[in-house]
Amino acid sequence: MNFIASKQPENRLLGPESDTQRTLYPYVTGTSVVALKYKDGILMAADMGGSYGSTLRYKSVERMKPIGKHSLLGASGEISDFQEILRYLDELILYDNMWDDGNSLGPKEVHNYLTRVMYNRRNKFNPLWNSLVLGGVKNGQTYLGMVNMIGVNFEDNHVATGFGNHLARPILRQEWHENLSFEDGVKLLEKCMRVLLYRDRSAVNKLQIAKITEEGVTISQPYSLKTYWEFSAFENPAQGAIGSW
Amino acid sequence: MSSIGTGYDLSVTTFSPDGRVFQIEYAAKAVDNSGTVIGIKCKDGIVMGVEKLITSKMMLPGSNRRIHSVHRHSGMAVAGLAADGRQIVARAKSEATNYESVYGEAIPIKELAQRVASYVHLCTLYWWLRPFGCGVILGGYDRDGPQLYMVEPSGISYRYFGAAIGKGKQAAKTEIEKLKLSEMTCREGVIEVAKIIYKVHDEAKDKAFELEMSWVCDESKQQHQKVPDDLLEEAKVAARAALEEMDAD
Repeated sequence: MNFIASKQPENRLLGPESDTQRTLYPYVTGTSVVALKYKDGILMAADMGGSYGSTLRYKSVERMKPIGKHSLLGASGEISDFQEILRYLDELILYDNMWDDGNSLGPKEVHNYLTRVMYNRRNKFNPLWNSLVLGGVKNGQTYLGMVNMIGVNFEDNHVATGFGNHLARPILRQEWHENLSFEDGVKLLEKCMRVLLYRDRSAVNKLQIAKITEEGVTISQPYSLKTYWEFSAFENPAQGAIGSW
Repeated sequence: MSSIGTGYDLSVTTFSPDGRVFQIEYAAKAVDNSGTVIGIKCKDGIVMGVEKLITSKMMLPGSNRRIHSVHRHSGMAVAGLAADGRQIVARAKSEATNYESVYGEAIPIKELAQRVASYVHLCTLYWWLRPFGCGVILGGYDRDGPQLYMVEPSGISYRYFGAAIGKGKQAAKTEIEKLKLSEMTCREGVIEVAKIIYKVHDEAKDKAFELEMSWVCDESKQQHQKVPDDLLEEAKVAARAALEEMDAD
């Protein structure tokens, strides 16, 4: 191998002339995911949009998926990287099941695995361009964590990705409390998703809410939020507009 | 059937004058010395059972797994040298995950059996490798329904309705032939397999044994798993009762 003049440059940081590829920018992206802990487990909401730049191209993208028996994964960012992560996790869960030893991977373990994967890819300058929310319940313990493309990870009572960090988390900080009922939790999530729908340009009005409890995962059918556009400021918006010439 | 292949049995790459490869036949003997392993194909799935001979009273029950899942939809029961069996199972798991990552669907059982058989056969072609000293019964459920294959140390693999390997294989095969498999559900099949294993277990030569059973059927949602504990208990009770009935005659 040493005799042949290798065209493969050693340095992965080389620009376009290098054969190796790495993620430079995302193409089809999903927007925010919001999640919170409630009385029986975790509630997570995400809309079903896949944007291609500024076009809202795909409107039926499922951005939340159950993982094994105890976890639920929601993702924002590059959809193809999310699908790749699902394949890694599928193999992880398969090998865990094949042991058949009475134990199964819980949300904390899956979150840790994802953190390792994301951080190691980032160190090779080839990230999986996602922000992931991982929630679940195992043996009565509820767990909610987040990890993003640079490998930052943490655990909290409520998490959000992307715009959700700026628009949803303040609402959650005010109004979240321990032992929310299912109805209150859904109302709170819908409140956050409505704000995101009004203010995030990549949000679509078609969302799913997922719940995970000790019994298992349920992902709702897609539905839409009611919006209100009758604010007086919106009436006759062109009234005060002065022509430019 | 046994004959000494003096001189022609030193290497797996040597044929005898009458066209036999003795090393492979000796490998098969290793399988014949192990506890009986049975597989049957019922109407709605596969049932596999192993007579796990307990060599030491200090062994924990439930250890020494002889039936392994190879993928979600298939499993393998091993007879013969346990360490060799582990290697075959590892290879089968790797083949199954590789197929899925390339073709996007679960590996068809026929394909899996072919790959395992090729791998076992590989070890009969070179003088620096020895043949695997274990036989494997592979059961799975794919698009074409439930299927049962058996792979021998020679690398032969055939598809079966019912297969048995190990010590009691002759007696077990006779018992299996008596069953009406095409009308039997897996629930009934579990009871029958337990009865057969208890029957062919030789109380005189081997003392205790543990029964391990697994199935892949419609009831288990086409996933390979251990037979649920309550059904296993029911099967053991029925098997012991059947034995006593026989002894009472």
